[in-house]
Amino acid sequence: MKNIGIGVPRGDGVAKVTGKAIYVDDLHPDGCWHGATVRASCAHARIVKIERDPAFDWTDVVIVTARDIPGENVIALITDDQPCLADGVVRHVEEAVALVAAPERERALDAARHVRITYEPLPVLIDPEQSIGSPIRIYGENNVFKQITIRRGDPPTVGRVVRGVYHVGHQEQLYLEPQGMIASARTDAGLTLIGSLQCPYYVLKALKRLLGHDRVNVVQATTGGGFGGKEDYPSMIAAHAALLCLKAGRPVKMIYRRDEDIRATTKRHPARVSIESLVAPDGRLLSWKADILMDGGAYNTLSPVVISRGLLHATGPYACPHVELSGAVVATHSPPNGAFRGFGAPQTLFAAERHMDRIARELGRSPLEIRRLNLYRDGDVTVTGQTLYDVGGAAVLEEALAAAEAPLPAVAAQPGEGGASWRSGRGLALAFHGCGFTGNGEAWLKGKAALELRDSKLHILTGATEIGQGAETIFTQIVAEELGISLDRVEVARHDTAEVPDSGPTVASRTTMVVGAVVQETARRMRAALQAETGSTSRDFDTLLAARTVDSPLRTDHTYEPDPNLVWDEHRYSGDAYPTFGWSCGIVDLDVDEDTGVVRYRRFVSATDVGRAINPVLAIGQLEGGALQALGWATLEEVVRDDVGRVRSDRVTTYIIPTSVDSPQMVTRLVEIPYAGGPFGAKGIGEIPMDGPAAAVAAAIEEALGVVLDRLPMTPERVVAEMNVALSERSF
Amino acid sequence: MSGPAPTYGGAVVTARDLPEALALRAQFPEAVVLAGGTDLMVMMEAGQLRPGRVLNLWGCAGLRTISEDGGHFGALATWTDVARHPAVHPALRECARTVGALQIQNRGTVGGNIVNASPAGDSLPLWLALDAVFEVASLRGARRIAAADFWVGYRRTALAPDELLTGVTVAPAGADAVLYRKVGTRLAQAISKVVVGARIRQVEGTVTEARIALGSVGPVPLRARRVEALLVERGLDPDAADAVVDDIAPIDDVRSTAVWRRQVAQRVLRRWLVEQRAFSARNARQ
Repeated sequence: MKNIGIGVPRGDGVAKVTGKAIYVDDLHPDGCWHGATVRASCAHARIVKIERDPAFDWTDVVIVTARDIPGENVIALITDDQPCLADGVVRHVEEAVALVAAPERERALDAARHVRITYEPLPVLIDPEQSIGSPIRIYGENNVFKQITIRRGDPPTVGRVVRGVYHVGHQEQLYLEPQGMIASARTDAGLTLIGSLQCPYYVLKALKRLLGHDRVNVVQATTGGGFGGKEDYPSMIAAHAALLCLKAGRPVKMIYRRDEDIRATTKRHPARVSIESLVAPDGRLLSWKADILMDGGAYNTLSPVVISRGLLHATGPYACPHVELSGAVVATHSPPNGAFRGFGAPQTLFAAERHMDRIARELGRSPLEIRRLNLYRDGDVTVTGQTLYDVGGAAVLEEALAAAEAPLPAVAAQPGEGGASWRSGRGLALAFHGCGFTGNGEAWLKGKAALELRDSKLHILTGATEIGQGAETIFTQIVAEELGISLDRVEVARHDTAEVPDSGPTVASRTTMVVGAVVQETARRMRAALQAETGSTSRDFDTLLAARTVDSPLRTDHTYEPDPNLVWDEHRYSGDAYPTFGWSCGIVDLDVDEDTGVVRYRRFVSATDVGRAINPVLAIGQLEGGALQALGWATLEEVVRDDVGRVRSDRVTTYIIPTSVDSPQMVTRLVEIPYAGGPFGAKGIGEIPMDGPAAAVAAAIEEALGVVLDRLPMTPERVVAEMNVALSERSF
Repeated sequence: MSGPAPTYGGAVVTARDLPEALALRAQFPEAVVLAGGTDLMVMMEAGQLRPGRVLNLWGCAGLRTISEDGGHFGALATWTDVARHPAVHPALRECARTVGALQIQNRGTVGGNIVNASPAGDSLPLWLALDAVFEVASLRGARRIAAADFWVGYRRTALAPDELLTGVTVAPAGADAVLYRKVGTRLAQAISKVVVGARIRQVEGTVTEARIALGSVGPVPLRARRVEALLVERGLDPDAADAVVDDIAPIDDVRSTAVWRRQVAQRVLRRWLVEQRAFSARNARQ
């Protein structure tokens, strides 16, 4: 193969590193005004009145409230519970209440500060543990957005009981480019939205409902990272920009400041996972019961799907004859949580892996041995009754162990380290991750793509976006390989909903595996169409081109066809939850300062079953970036909130993500166990690197210091606090 | 499509040398002073500061020099200048390399760190430990202020409105044991959560002078006077570190907790004292 399995340079790379790529804030439409958002200062209150400060000069300022919405006041997604602008009542701090626009950004921000809102406070519910059955109603009958129970097998009568409770915190996506959007009028009295986003068709759907008509199109600007944070939230900022544009009668740009972005937009769901298992004396799992509670925040957003994916990964990659899983995602008066790389799975996999370590500890066996014994193999059956094939669990475990035998890199002394007392530890964790949408999701989505032959070039038309992961380069490679042509003859069309079909959202580790397969089929059809048109049976693309007698553009379309053998019952939660799974094993070596609890990463070794690496350089980039994001979540990243849910760590100096010097040496091995339904065998890899590392870090700290950490993030403060607890327990 | 990026709307006055700087300072005592700008830009971007006027000193090249013996610093010496100067005390050079990251070290200045007066300022405890003297000047004349008298309250200094910091002098530390320790959450671009500068002088096995200073553990960088007194009284006794918890007044904030800061301050000092005692014992045997 000439174009597959090769690390060809990414098509968007040069423009990005030379600063030539055009992001939304680089666009300056003529006469464009700037928008700002007036946000709620309380978590739950009735809005008594909204007034303009009479002392402020309101010349050249427009104000928008819920009354200005031409269609429905809703951000349409799964349910319609979230308003575009609070109307009568606010349900979380930072909820948008009003909007302003002015000729300059500073003036818009100033004006927003001079919109006065009078509130009548209402009772506030912030603790998710208090949500179900609380007299304070936020959502439905009992504050539950979604509850799921799955059972399989009969409970065993004997076995040793091992119980554990695990907690994970919020996480902020911290894409480099904050949320941003421009709305401008079209000649047909419709609107065009251009912005930083992952899913143009989600925004389109929301805007149609808001505007009450469908004269709207959505264009993706170059996007500086998403990680799920630009899956659902762009619909909100797009709705706001659209309303301001209508009221001001001119283009309006909204760019969030970093602090506003961190305070107001979605985060990873915090979760509490309680696990009770029964194990045989040799360590074999007999029963696994998990109860999961996630904090959804004030509105539904994507929470039902997050709890679902969390549940479906809550056993970890281990076979067990009896499994009972129950999970609920509940409402609180907090800013809504939403999509973040991993989408519920990192939360439950952290708990599952810590629980495997707990079993090993209580049985006096090695964590590695316990894992080897229980790991899923081909033919094993999951909690939903899915028989697994193409299982890479054992392969990635042995590959990672082999790679970790290499000597560790030397420690470079850091300035200001003084007499730090480092203790070393190693931890291991495994993960599996379902690729693509859950259950019938892909059948329901019907992801489409098209290929157009124009001027001897092939143009890929897809709504699947480039968000830094390399999707455009991958699609280009797939088409070039399928047609046997060079990469420079393939281009990816601009992501404008007026021009490209709906490929489904750019989420769920589905872009390469699912949309890539659709793109591959459009290329096959292109060849067939050329053969039909020319009457030639040649497979050679240039021969077919030369045989054409017309020069008209040619287009082929395709819609995703899920494997007909996959069966899923949405009501009973049984059947094939995912077309296939990715598998990963991570081994972290770290030092932790026993005086301060500060962790320094030495090396992160991983082996991941990617099915087939279309572009190994991009695949490794995804895996290493994801691992670093997970290591940050493990020890650095803490969303600090006050008692009404307002985020206080709202800047990059207070919400701490790792820098390059905090990064360990990364050793990344690709294992390729192909999935027949993916292009050239590819599985999805976007999320799996987020799943395992935090548990490996906890295990490594445990080895280094002898303290058991079952709560994320493991900040220095928490490590030291746990050491204090361990010390006081030992002295009694 | 065209249009400019937003720019700073206030006035900027720029000085080329010290006399010009002092004249402008006298004329505009309300102006916010810009040295390297590494704190100022962050505060302006965060909306915490919207100065009507900025006095830009960055071009005053004469204030950037470090003396050949490494004992005198112009206020505009950058952290890169400090880190690269071979005669500067190793603890100060080490400190310089903990400030922000390379880009910040290229712009951030000694004087900016001192006058910004953040309780978390990376270098401040070290100036206290080294008995630094700050040279300040105005059109009215020049004067010297000991580091221990400079930070008078949360983000407040002893500078008069018309005064500028022009330089810093540190006494030679000779064979004194000097510690610089910065505990942040990550290795670069980190604001200290506990920062320690310490110096102990021994004459024939007796502690004659102890300076133990800490930052991020109170409203100002401060000296742990109880620990200092115990060290002079008892010699290199690691237990003296325990007294630090009464010398400092840390708080819970968005970065850390008071409990952790107290414990870390005590442990960092204790470990250093244990090391110094062992080192002294080895020297005494030789």
